[in-house]
Amino acid sequence: MEAFTTYTGRAVPLRRSNVDTDQIIPAVWLKQVSRTGFDKGLFSGWREDPDFVLNQPQYAGAGILVAGPDFGTGSSREHAVWALQQYGFRVVIAPRFGDIFRNNSTKMGLLPVVLTGEQVADLQSRIEEDPALEVTVDLENREVRWDGVTARFEIDDYTRWRLMEGLDDIGLTLRHAEAIDDYEAKRTPWFPVTL
Amino acid sequence: MGRTLAEKVYDAHVVRRAEGEPDLLYIDLHLVHEVTSPQAFDGLRMAGRAVRRPDLTIATEDHNVPTTDLLKPIADPVSRTQVETLRKNCSDFGVRLHPMGDAGQGIVHVMGPQLGLTQPGMTVVCGDSHTSTHGAFGALAFGIGTSEVEHVLATQTLPQIQPKTMAVTVEGALPEGVTAKDLILAIIARIGTGGGQGHIIEYRGEAIRSLSMEGRMTVCNMSIEAGARAGMIAPDETTFEYIKGRPHAPSNAVAGGPGGSSPQNESGDDWDRAVEYWTSLRTDDDAVFDKEVVIDAAELTPFVTWGTNPGQGLPLGASVPDPASFEDPVQRQSAERALEYMGLTAGTPLRDIAVDTVFVGSCTNGRIEDLRAVAGVLQGRKVADGVRMLVVPGSMEVKKQAEEEGLDGVISASGAEWREAGCSMCLAMNPDKLTPGERSASTSNRNFEGRQGPGGRTHLVSPAVAAATAVTGRLTAPADL
Repeated sequence: MEAFTTYTGRAVPLRRSNVDTDQIIPAVWLKQVSRTGFDKGLFSGWREDPDFVLNQPQYAGAGILVAGPDFGTGSSREHAVWALQQYGFRVVIAPRFGDIFRNNSTKMGLLPVVLTGEQVADLQSRIEEDPALEVTVDLENREVRWDGVTARFEIDDYTRWRLMEGLDDIGLTLRHAEAIDDYEAKRTPWFPVTL
Repeated sequence: MGRTLAEKVYDAHVVRRAEGEPDLLYIDLHLVHEVTSPQAFDGLRMAGRAVRRPDLTIATEDHNVPTTDLLKPIADPVSRTQVETLRKNCSDFGVRLHPMGDAGQGIVHVMGPQLGLTQPGMTVVCGDSHTSTHGAFGALAFGIGTSEVEHVLATQTLPQIQPKTMAVTVEGALPEGVTAKDLILAIIARIGTGGGQGHIIEYRGEAIRSLSMEGRMTVCNMSIEAGARAGMIAPDETTFEYIKGRPHAPSNAVAGGPGGSSPQNESGDDWDRAVEYWTSLRTDDDAVFDKEVVIDAAELTPFVTWGTNPGQGLPLGASVPDPASFEDPVQRQSAERALEYMGLTAGTPLRDIAVDTVFVGSCTNGRIEDLRAVAGVLQGRKVADGVRMLVVPGSMEVKKQAEEEGLDGVISASGAEWREAGCSMCLAMNPDKLTPGERSASTSNRNFEGRQGPGGRTHLVSPAVAAATAVTGRLTAPADL
């Protein structure tokens, strides 16, 4: 996983709520067995509309997506995170996220940032006024900064540390292999097995 | 202080707890399908890792499989590659697989309970958000992404921050003609698509206790549509009765081969010990939930969705809402957009909405009880001219049972299509899909834009409403016929 400390760049306002993962990456894209090539599928339904925000040239190359509440609800497909990252996003800012999407993001190093509905709306308006607006997302200090505004966000210490170090969960868990062995030795003996 | 059901099951699975770190949670059952697993198995290969517990892992082919011509190879080469990749992965890593055409094949969330692999007090995960279905048994079951699938394959554990708890209590009895699907759609409309975010919902109350296991699975299945991490129902006699005698139930000593139980299950006392433990899995009287919602069952009627998220639903007797009636600007804008996408006008009675297609199936409503409800309505009736109706059993086992009961004959005689098992038009990864602008009444779980095919328009309904709608060609409850 790529480490994340601070990102400074331009942002895209996506003025929609309930952006479910079926919109982020429609099911037809999920048939691939590799981890690459999902950027083409990002919002592929909505991108057919020439006015869709990602089709507007002033937002090309932005690394931050600023969306309405309940971003990433629905399907557990991690392909949604891969698609956002492969398209070039490093951060998604929204007032509320779907739990599974949020989890998937932090496993992959895409930073989900929760700001209030008011802060998100303010930021979206500022970007629309000035698409070249520079936005800084500072994970170390848990701050988003733009235009003299500083917005604090919450993230638990452990996830922050893991993102900043770019650490892979499996490696961390395997440090506790002995604890897993001990648990297995005491597990409910009649729980079912598949083989 | 007492503990909730969710807390009891969670606590019993903590492998390691340390200040400032997520808990490490043990996973008792890992369900695998072809869509969210290939990159996880690849990750294992690259790191030179094995599947830690193939004996706690089981796979099926469901999302991509066609529901016709099972004996022919899958026509779509990309779907075929994905299914073949699962077969190779299961073979390489020693994971039991129920492939297309196998008697045990089916939608992953229909298959687990049907085999008796889902039991109270277990932790169950799958790379699929509708894993919440298994909570109907008093298991803690939740959907995960592909990175987590790889993590469970490698370690049989998951790092977790303990979710909060939420009680949804449904008091009183459901009125005649109101089903589990109507109930969960009404709950989601009430609490919203983010209402359960960060929480495990426990469904309680008389109306919940009166539901069959199929009905309970329908309710828990859609917990994710309310944003919840999981849904649970305390196990009781209904639960025990459902599990008893299934291939992997405790004490069932059918030895050998797929469907057989393990050597450690062969002690005759296991069933009694299991029931004793399962009976302890209930929320203590003095336990406190972080959030509570109470619903009066008597007020419920058949419920359908009009919009593009599962929270945008109303009683069938209502009309398409006016976006201006929403005070919250975010909801207002969402409603405006939904009406535009759905091609609906505010004020239109929902009963006047004509559909092109009716889909019965999915992990929400593809079980035997759902098919019985559909056949009950279609008996002696015909699907309206110009309406296409697909009936897709949730598993080959459900299909076989339905055929033994003669339901397929009733369904086919009405003009509906009786298909093979799979996810089918719930998410349109196989050839069953809507065309742009086509409108469906669907027993599935998501009315998202394009969910059933690009440009398709979905109204979520119960199986009984689906069947009645097929007969009239407009959104209809059986009582209206």
